[in-house]
Amino acid sequence: MTVSAHNSPRHLVLEAGRADRQYWHDLWRYRELFFILAWRDVAVRYKQTVIGLAWAFIRPFMTMVVFTVVFGKIAKLPTEGTAPYAVMVFAGLLPWTLFASVLSDASTSIVGSSNLISKVYFPRLIVPLSTVLVALIDFLVSLAILAGLMLWYGVVPGWQILLLPVFVMLALLCSIGPALWAAAVLVKYRDFRFIIPFVTQIGLYISPVGFSGKIVPEQWSLLYSLNPMVGIIDGFRWCILGGESPIHGPGFALGMAITFILLWWGIRSFRRTERAFADLI
Amino acid sequence: MSDVVIRAEKLGKKFQIGHHTARQENFREAMIRGPRNLLRSAVDLFKGRAVVAGDTIEEFWALRDVNFEIRSGEAVGIIGRNGAGKTTLLKILSRITEPTEGRVEITGRVASLLEVGTGFHPELSGRENIFLNGAILGMTRVEVRRRFDEIVDFSGVEKFIDTPVKRYSVGMYARLAFAVAAHLEAEILVIDEVLAVGDSEFQARCLDRMSKVANAGRTVLFVSHNLAAVMALTRRALVFGSGQLYFDGPIEAAVTHYAASLSKASDDRNWGRGRNATLTAATLLDEQGRPTDRYEPGEPLRLNVVIETDGMPGMSLELLLRDELNLPIAFYSSAVFNQVSLPSVAGRYECTLSLQPYYLAAGEYCFDLKTTYTNIDDDHRVDNALRFVVDNCSPGGIPYNFKQGTGQGTLAMRLEAPLRFAALPTPDPG
Repeated sequence: MTVSAHNSPRHLVLEAGRADRQYWHDLWRYRELFFILAWRDVAVRYKQTVIGLAWAFIRPFMTMVVFTVVFGKIAKLPTEGTAPYAVMVFAGLLPWTLFASVLSDASTSIVGSSNLISKVYFPRLIVPLSTVLVALIDFLVSLAILAGLMLWYGVVPGWQILLLPVFVMLALLCSIGPALWAAAVLVKYRDFRFIIPFVTQIGLYISPVGFSGKIVPEQWSLLYSLNPMVGIIDGFRWCILGGESPIHGPGFALGMAITFILLWWGIRSFRRTERAFADLI
Repeated sequence: MSDVVIRAEKLGKKFQIGHHTARQENFREAMIRGPRNLLRSAVDLFKGRAVVAGDTIEEFWALRDVNFEIRSGEAVGIIGRNGAGKTTLLKILSRITEPTEGRVEITGRVASLLEVGTGFHPELSGRENIFLNGAILGMTRVEVRRRFDEIVDFSGVEKFIDTPVKRYSVGMYARLAFAVAAHLEAEILVIDEVLAVGDSEFQARCLDRMSKVANAGRTVLFVSHNLAAVMALTRRALVFGSGQLYFDGPIEAAVTHYAASLSKASDDRNWGRGRNATLTAATLLDEQGRPTDRYEPGEPLRLNVVIETDGMPGMSLELLLRDELNLPIAFYSSAVFNQVSLPSVAGRYECTLSLQPYYLAAGEYCFDLKTTYTNIDDDHRVDNALRFVVDNCSPGGIPYNFKQGTGQGTLAMRLEAPLRFAALPTPDPG
């Protein structure tokens, strides 16, 4: 039977395996839900805690102190140019924390909102994306700590700081791809709940967070850049330390290529399994 | 036909279910089974299929070959036993899940209410939850703000609107949740069993609200086990049974069909077992003590029940009589009403209950049977254990048949003494 021509824009056909043409339109229509879910997560986070918002400062600050002491003072690794080790560490910690929190929060977000998924329709992409917004808010808090740290050490950023938003965006894109893929897979295989923390923990040490990426020997740097976060962390340091640590060109390009492949792959696998979420969850 | 808003064609939904085969296996087989299952999961992972736990996989159609059309402004009830496919249908219509075969065409915005209070967060206040829940149900912030006062007013929780909902009572929570949902603006409203919340006064208010919605020319699809509510709200119903659409037509006929499907199911189903006392059979007896499925009003109502007990003392036998709408109309408990417990010596017992005559309205009835630990807990409970029919009820002896479903209840009242009218002196106008 053929579909009669309906003028109504809300005419909808539900069929097995039908590519949903309305999807991106729906995503736009439900944009308020995106903000409200993010607002809910932020509003709820510090309820019934004693020091509340202070946690957002304490966690990244303590990590920075530990890394500075362990890598800078005990292992005596070199910093980049003349930058204080603490600032160099924090400039690397910022994008890494953003990446890690998006990866861990977005990947578990679908399973975490199973009651919504099984009772209400909305484009499922909204759920992991709203956790990205939450991670971004934490990132802004950390950015304030960095500003304070730079004041303390008297580090003056150059014009490069203006490009920081670009690298923030890249860090987000880099994390969204794997996070979406993991979120889709996690619905079916809960094993991934144990894998993700493992990945973020190992990644913290194999990415140049606590140390400078420059200590990796030149002949290995391209291989090292297969980890897309390497290029992004380098970019952050370049912006913040005022060009004292130049970006490794080919490595950065490779990292970007991998970022976008992961992003495409993540969205694709998410969209493919999304329709069955309610049946699998 | 342009006014058809929902058209389902050959709709079907398949699930896979896994079984753990309970047969005896030796050590070698057990050793092989683990890796084999792991291998199958790995293949499923690779192919992007769902992993189903179990040794053998079976396909299960929750819905199959369903065709219907619903026109704009219709209020349609969807009835059927648990597992008949009602909720699956609603989930497909509300786009939560995808059909396996067939198609549905929908014209208009669908608001679906499979549960009230979806997404409510206990830590957030009532006010915050109204906005959150509204957004989840597809309302914009502007829409919610415009109807905010109405919602709060309907819910009756003004005083606590800034209190976290975790401090609410169950009733308040349900009222607030329903209030948000009741103010959804959509052309098609899909509602599942949401009336099962709140007190009876609030339920009446919900029903009233829904009938307003249905009368305002919006299309309403309504699933409920409360047949009285379905009858009050709708004129047409779809009856589902084991994934298939049995009947599509006027609500009165649909209810009869539903009752028939219930009795068919009760005949061939397994009653299961209780822990201490198990009901194994029940029959209705006529005057001569022969099994029957008819009851003549005014005769004693005689039941024969077979019970197996392990001798647990203090157990009670209970009966609940229900009418065509599945509403309870009468109750009997051997322990509470007669101080008689089940025998405290293990064994099988046959028990004949002879209940006083009733003038039951013509129609179908059923008994739920159960054995209970007196006033504490049910042991073995069999719903719809015994069904019977009253063909004719005319307590006055004249050819007038008092029937169920006329809005006059299920019991004809009888006089204890002749009805007399004694003349009173006319009041003096002066």
